[in-house]
Amino acid sequence: MGEKHANGELAIEAKGLKKIFGENKAVDGVDLAIPKGTVYGFLGPNGAGKTTTVRMLATLLRPDEGSVKILGYDLMGEATEVRKKVSLTGQFASVDGDLSGMENLILIGRLLGFSRKEAKERAMELLTAFGLKDAAKQQVKNYSGGMKRRIDIAASIVVSPELLFLDEPTTGLDPRSRNQVWDIIRVLVSTGTTVLLTTQYLEEADQLADRIAVIDQGKIIAEGTSGELKASVGAGKLHVRVLDPDQRAEAAKLLTEELHVDIQLPSDPLAIVAQVSDTELVTNALGKLANANIKLTDFSLGQPSLDEVFLTLTGKPVEDHIDEENGEEVQHIHRKGEVG
Amino acid sequence: MNHNLDTENKLEVDEAMISALSSRERPVKPNGISTSLTFGWRALLKIKYVPEQMLDVTAFPIMFLLMFTYLFGGAIAGSTSDYLQFLLPGILAMTVVTITMYTGMELNNDIRKGVFDRFRSLPIWGPSVLVGMLLVDTVRYSLASAIMITLGFIMGFRPDGGLVGVLLGVGLLLLFSFSLSWIWTTLGLILRSEKSLMGVSMLVLFPLTFVSNVFVDPRTLPSWLEAFVEVNPISLLVTATRGLMHGTATIEEISWVLLASVIIIGIFAPFTMYLYRKK
Repeated sequence: MGEKHANGELAIEAKGLKKIFGENKAVDGVDLAIPKGTVYGFLGPNGAGKTTTVRMLATLLRPDEGSVKILGYDLMGEATEVRKKVSLTGQFASVDGDLSGMENLILIGRLLGFSRKEAKERAMELLTAFGLKDAAKQQVKNYSGGMKRRIDIAASIVVSPELLFLDEPTTGLDPRSRNQVWDIIRVLVSTGTTVLLTTQYLEEADQLADRIAVIDQGKIIAEGTSGELKASVGAGKLHVRVLDPDQRAEAAKLLTEELHVDIQLPSDPLAIVAQVSDTELVTNALGKLANANIKLTDFSLGQPSLDEVFLTLTGKPVEDHIDEENGEEVQHIHRKGEVG
Repeated sequence: MNHNLDTENKLEVDEAMISALSSRERPVKPNGISTSLTFGWRALLKIKYVPEQMLDVTAFPIMFLLMFTYLFGGAIAGSTSDYLQFLLPGILAMTVVTITMYTGMELNNDIRKGVFDRFRSLPIWGPSVLVGMLLVDTVRYSLASAIMITLGFIMGFRPDGGLVGVLLGVGLLLLFSFSLSWIWTTLGLILRSEKSLMGVSMLVLFPLTFVSNVFVDPRTLPSWLEAFVEVNPISLLVTATRGLMHGTATIEEISWVLLASVIIIGIFAPFTMYLYRKK
């Protein structure tokens, strides 16, 4: 687990955080020590307790047990102070769909104490920065998914918070919108904001987070940098398809020798799958196949998916959980690792 | 409708974005009145986008007044004009009290949306979300009252208390309605859906408004029913409003309404806030 930070430079310091809904231990003893100015990723499937943890840290939900200090303030005793320093972008749009983007930002600005004129100027500045100027007067409910996310984040930083919670900021977004959100997060962090984000995608945590906690059934089951986590699950899977099915056995043999791992032969007579521990070996292995005159139609190196992380860490696949707060069953969204 | 909007809005990380994102100046924390008024502004904006929501305070009162005056007037008072003098303050109270329940429905609907999470995580005076909403509702009730009294005047309503009496009567009614709204906000936070809220509200409002002195003189009722009508807060309200409009109100009658309002707010406003924070 992470080293101890005894100095006052922690954005979040939690000990034994617990929340129980009836029989369901949604959050079951979470410890956190997140230094200021970093991005911390909370990785886990639906129902793992990510949202519940974030809602507690953002003063929306009272913890049943545990002690938490946010930027040096006691979460329960000094909630108002905490609220001055943090901001939350929830999993579902935390803006008013009935109002326009402009009106939403003015509303938040006014509530934070800006004059009418200042609120309007700040709203315009943010809309421009987030590429929403042309949609400023449209009702937010007519925005696309990516635009909703951006206005949502904009609403969270009308006064830039010292600590920003982003609950699954890119779930359901297309790749382009996702990249835009990532860019925004990177700029925010570069200006000194501490970010805690939850995600179901290892890739996202990998791209953004300095440290990652893997959470399952209310408990942190692994914590570390993305490099450390990946080392524990391997670098991903190599998928290869040969042109001639008769060459598959030979190709598999070559790959076993080069990669020093077990090879799987799926029912597809052309396919070979190998769990890779070191990506650098892959280049050599593919070269060896070419030298042996084995023609490939296709090859790809996939990042390990959340499923694989889970399988490795817990020895069991990701299950469908009941969403503890809405009582609705939520299907885990499977996303294949992308071609590396 | 505007799904293609963002293709034109290419996002670029540039100086403007970096400067927009690094603005960290925090203005002075606004007071509760200011944030309540801001939430009132939010409610007014919603009316701008969905003007149909004003039907309950415009069409309803007109329908009620016309219907009950001409339906019951002849049978109960012998003439619709005489009955109107008696009925109007009562039916006004009944109408406004009935539309207070929309406050709870609005809140019930609103609170499910993520935006309430944001409001609750802001460093503002907690009740201002609800107070702002209720203030705008008070404006709506005033509109309903103005429409009904104007129509009543055209139909022949001639109050002995004059304009001052009418205004005082409406003022008392608005105060009572504001306090009553807190019951619906409480229920709006407890009940699961708008439908169940509607059901419960009707269950409370129908007997309270009909089994009162709105339509008939309680002396004509069987004694057990009369006893209920006498203590019904709606009857107290109607007696005082009628008294103010016709210039016969006593301090005692008005005090009962004020007392009822204070008790309702005293119980339900803290209860609502407790539920709101817990949600």
